[in-house]
Amino acid sequence: MPADHAGAALWRDGRGRTGLLLLGVIAAAALFAPAISPADPTTQHDVVATRFLAPGSTDLHGVFHPLGTDRLGRDVWARLVHGARVSLAVGGLAMAVSLVIGIAVGAAAAAGPPALGVLLLGATDFALGLPRVVLLLLLASLWEPSAELVVVVLGLTGWMPVARLVHAGIRAQLARPYVLSAVALGAGPIRVLLRHALPNAIAPVLALATLGVGNAITLEAGLSFLGLGVQPPAASWGTMIASGRDTVVNAPWVGLAPGIALVLVVVGCTLVADAVEERGRA
Amino acid sequence: MLRGFLLRLLRGAAVVFGVVTLTFLLLHLAPGDPVQRLLGPSAGLEQLEAARRELGLDRPLVQQYLGWLGRTVRGNFGVSIAQGRPAGDLLAEAWPATALLVLLSIALSWLGGIVVGAFQANTRRRTLDAWVSTGTVALNAMPGYWLGLALVMVFTYRLRWLPAFGAAGLDADFLGGWARLSDRLRHLALPLLTLTLIGLGGAARFSRAAMRDLRDSPFLVAASARGLPERRVVVRHQLRNALVPIVTLLGLSLPALFSGAVFVEAVFAWPGVGQVLVQAVQARDYPVVMAAATISAVLVVAGNLLAEFLVTTVDPRVRDRDAG
Repeated sequence: MPADHAGAALWRDGRGRTGLLLLGVIAAAALFAPAISPADPTTQHDVVATRFLAPGSTDLHGVFHPLGTDRLGRDVWARLVHGARVSLAVGGLAMAVSLVIGIAVGAAAAAGPPALGVLLLGATDFALGLPRVVLLLLLASLWEPSAELVVVVLGLTGWMPVARLVHAGIRAQLARPYVLSAVALGAGPIRVLLRHALPNAIAPVLALATLGVGNAITLEAGLSFLGLGVQPPAASWGTMIASGRDTVVNAPWVGLAPGIALVLVVVGCTLVADAVEERGRA
Repeated sequence: MLRGFLLRLLRGAAVVFGVVTLTFLLLHLAPGDPVQRLLGPSAGLEQLEAARRELGLDRPLVQQYLGWLGRTVRGNFGVSIAQGRPAGDLLAEAWPATALLVLLSIALSWLGGIVVGAFQANTRRRTLDAWVSTGTVALNAMPGYWLGLALVMVFTYRLRWLPAFGAAGLDADFLGGWARLSDRLRHLALPLLTLTLIGLGGAARFSRAAMRDLRDSPFLVAASARGLPERRVVVRHQLRNALVPIVTLLGLSLPALFSGAVFVEAVFAWPGVGQVLVQAVQARDYPVVMAAATISAVLVVAGNLLAEFLVTTVDPRVRDRDAG
């Protein structure tokens, strides 16, 4: 199934289109963050005069703040779009790490020698038994917190469902007549795996991966919220929500804006995943 | 049946053993020193050495590990470095608060979610179904700590109806029976609402999918053709069959009873396991973290076993297959 074909089908599905649009707009905002946000996300001038400005107000220096400012006078809109870079990058990269590990483990378990399969599936079951949140808290707080660490930790704790799904999918494909034909035509095991079995088993994996991106973004924000992820003053949605926590009374917009952005990203991922899965089932 | 069960039990024990070993290694090899944190920056080298010797942290890692393992098997989790009290006691004191919160929220969200999902799966009004789906997707997408904050904003600061922090008011000890109960319930309301709303989104999505798959099955058509009232068809036939995957999820949520509310507990300063855990990790309080990790691992494994057991109870076909 060519990729452009799949993309078009996704676009025809109402949910798929809404999801793609949502994610596209947010990704574009992240990509062009410096262009669409006049203010810098971390500069503070004249804190007393510019802090806690309501959304849509203009400060004494004539700078317009579409989403207001936080307690240090930093522009919330600028922090939101720069934070989108962190969130999307961390979520996407973490899921990429999970995908690579999961596909490698799943494919090796399905196509390799039986003993290797038993070993790898055992390791997968074992890793699924690890308490993810406990492990996340542990790893994130034991080393110096940073975005890179969060990517590694989320990636290393998220590959197991991918491995299981890949394993089951490839096993199902390997039993199909077309694979036997390919083998009869002289295709080697590697070629059968990479050109035939894997591409045909990949749709549910992609659905799972899209959901996983949303999940990873939420967890990243959660860790940052607890102070174990991206460190201030860098903007991240989690740290923004954390700082909004102290100002819920006088400046609710500081915490509301990043939360709404987060929900929109996860909703976008869910819609795309739903559409991909539905297509795979049809 | 019994042999299969014993085999699973054995495999579960191996998983628990592996998890605690890995956690022990990670914890002890990672930078950060509990003694340094306990004594503060002004402590001299000799004081640090003495404290380490007293806590047994100067011994080789293997020896520490074996010692810990021996004590844990006998049910002794050791003494918290930061607080000087048994680690097991700290967790046992915090646990009821977490369990109450999570248990109630799981029950409420699944009851609500199944009702919403059943309605969506069977309604002919497609626009309404789509709108409700949008709502459940959004609820499911919300991070707990953020929804918690938003609810605090509305119910605590704007409407001034409900308290936002802790499990009881400062004056709780001076209140009589009913007043104290109502104080407790008012403190429970917001964290419970947060967890329930988020769980409801997922539960409704899952129930809708499970019941939707069954909607056009021949056995349901047959039940309707026999003249059974629609209500009975939905509850006794459709729901009962959709329950199989739902029950699996319930079993898998057992570990959540222990550590499932870390983020929400942090927002509401709810005195549960999550709070103990976050503090222990930050203080490098080895015994407490290890105790929590051990209990979590046991619960994950027990949850898997429970899920398998529940499925066999709900679905006789699985039971027969296992026996045959």
